[in-house]
Amino acid sequence: MRCGDFKESYLHDEEIFQSLWVKCWLYGFILILAVLPLFAGAYALHVANLVGIAIIGAVGLNILTGCTGQISLGHAAFIGVGGYATAILITRVGMPFWFALPIAGFISAAVGMVIGIPSLRVKGLYLCIATLAAQFILDWVFVHWEFMTHGIRGINVPPPSLGGVVFDTERSFYYITLVFVILSVGFGRNLLRTRWGRAFVAIRDRDLAAEMMGINLFRYKLISFAISSFFAGIAGGLLVSFFKVVTPEHFPFGMSIQYLAMIIVGGLGSILGSILGAAFMTLVPELLNVLTSSAKDWFPSVGQMFMPMKDVVFGVLIVCFLVFEPHGLAAIWQRIKNFFALWPFSY
Amino acid sequence: MEIVPQILVSGLAAGGVYGLVALGFVLIYKATSILNLATGEFMTLGAFICLSIMTQTSAPFYVSLLVTLGFAALLGVIIERIILRPLIGEPIISVIMVTIGLAAILRGMTHIIWSPEYRSFPQIFPPEPLDLGFAIVPSGLLWGFIFAMICTIVFTGIFRYTRTGLAMRATASNQQAALSMGISVKGVFALSWSFAAITAAIGGIIVGNISGISIHVGHIGLKVLSVIIIGGLDSIIGAIVGGFVIGILENFAGVFLDPYLGGGTKEVVPFIVLVIIIMIRPYGMFGKAIIERV
Repeated sequence: MRCGDFKESYLHDEEIFQSLWVKCWLYGFILILAVLPLFAGAYALHVANLVGIAIIGAVGLNILTGCTGQISLGHAAFIGVGGYATAILITRVGMPFWFALPIAGFISAAVGMVIGIPSLRVKGLYLCIATLAAQFILDWVFVHWEFMTHGIRGINVPPPSLGGVVFDTERSFYYITLVFVILSVGFGRNLLRTRWGRAFVAIRDRDLAAEMMGINLFRYKLISFAISSFFAGIAGGLLVSFFKVVTPEHFPFGMSIQYLAMIIVGGLGSILGSILGAAFMTLVPELLNVLTSSAKDWFPSVGQMFMPMKDVVFGVLIVCFLVFEPHGLAAIWQRIKNFFALWPFSY
Repeated sequence: MEIVPQILVSGLAAGGVYGLVALGFVLIYKATSILNLATGEFMTLGAFICLSIMTQTSAPFYVSLLVTLGFAALLGVIIERIILRPLIGEPIISVIMVTIGLAAILRGMTHIIWSPEYRSFPQIFPPEPLDLGFAIVPSGLLWGFIFAMICTIVFTGIFRYTRTGLAMRATASNQQAALSMGISVKGVFALSWSFAAITAAIGGIIVGNISGISIHVGHIGLKVLSVIIIGGLDSIIGAIVGGFVIGILENFAGVFLDPYLGGGTKEVVPFIVLVIIIMIRPYGMFGKAIIERV
């Protein structure tokens, strides 16, 4: 703890910005993010968009899995529902992107609540398997409900536009992503200080005790599923508008696992963790991609090694974090901060 | 409806393999309360190792099978020792995720060592299909079924009638008590993992024989989840019966529902059944009912 940092009231203790410094740092950081497109190339912005979308999805999953303790192996399916809903609302109904996206979020939330119904009866392992089943069932629906989803051919999605500006490049879309990331991180961070957020954490820590204290378990579990799926739906809508096409291959089971990996690597139950984890798990494969393509000149066979290498690195990361640092990158970050807060006289 | 017996027989034959793979899940779950989501990758790995030994050294099938099983057992022990043991007592999400991470590692390694294209297994079993009069069983399915049944009986026998099996059952029912009776719980953990790896490898070889080997053999590993949920996570009998149920159901779905729903129902029906079972009877047909009201 920092010297001279005293809390005199609960209100003060719960503040998001614990000091003026933190606030300044954050605004500075957002400013840097806002001017980033002026300097970065198209590839960097492409990756930045993916990171941003991953952050939104990861914050959602962290609310469900990290804070409420309901493990979901079907997050990609909810992202898919959001993506398809956005695409269908834009192309079939002719709605502008800005209305389609929130409605898609609500549709995704509704589907999430349906999937969350088994959580009334089962938890832990069984819920995990139920959500996995939901993933495969929804996958099947994406492929086979041709009337709505056009099957494996997919739907082409026109880019969003606002007042004559068309957001069809990495650069312009980056601002949409940035705004939604800031909104969702702000919402997530605030949610955890409300009655709902505390109820979620209580359910995670001991469901029996939570029920005794008057938390309606089923209601709050469903709320958690709904919020998490809403985030997923927004992430899905952004994803398909960014790629300008939606096909079932965009939302495989592996993506669900990747989101779980993000929040585990980042830190369960921490919004900062979701951000760090999403950035980390998106950047590592890209880095690997760059490495393998630059090594191609010397080892021509390394190009086909990229996909399996990605799998191996991904698995090793998950296993190593679980075994050595179960609290994730957020804990490492906290430790570094603590170290420098009192540096060089830590005792 | 002359097609019905044919579907029943195909379903039963496929169900035998599911039951065998499900046995691997159940063995690990009973002993260690871990759901091993890397089972599918164990299958792929086993099938590839067996194939390599057969093609590289031209050893006869049963020799390469034995060597493969040795490998599988070793792999199971190593994985238990270095990956799972540090996680004893950790929350359930860590344990599930670590097996998923393991699956990713194994999948990547298999992909790197053996390229992703399809291969077919050399002819091991006599190719003539068996004509039962009312139905015809393709040779791959028939021998797969026979093989799966033999393995299931052997493992059930070990579990029921040997000292090792007794130790495993004791650990499953109460670890503290088992420890105090002088049973090496760590040894039992390692043994369960190697048994599970062996059953998965045999399952992989059978599936490889029926439909060829690629890195996608592992998908069956996830389908088998519905088998163990139907049977009950901790019931060996449940795994076998559940295997048959799912095998028959998916074959019926494949024939009767595909024309209406546009194909692929075989892949999704097990999961729909799974959700229904979880909603009405989460502990399955034979599982131990742990009722906790909150």
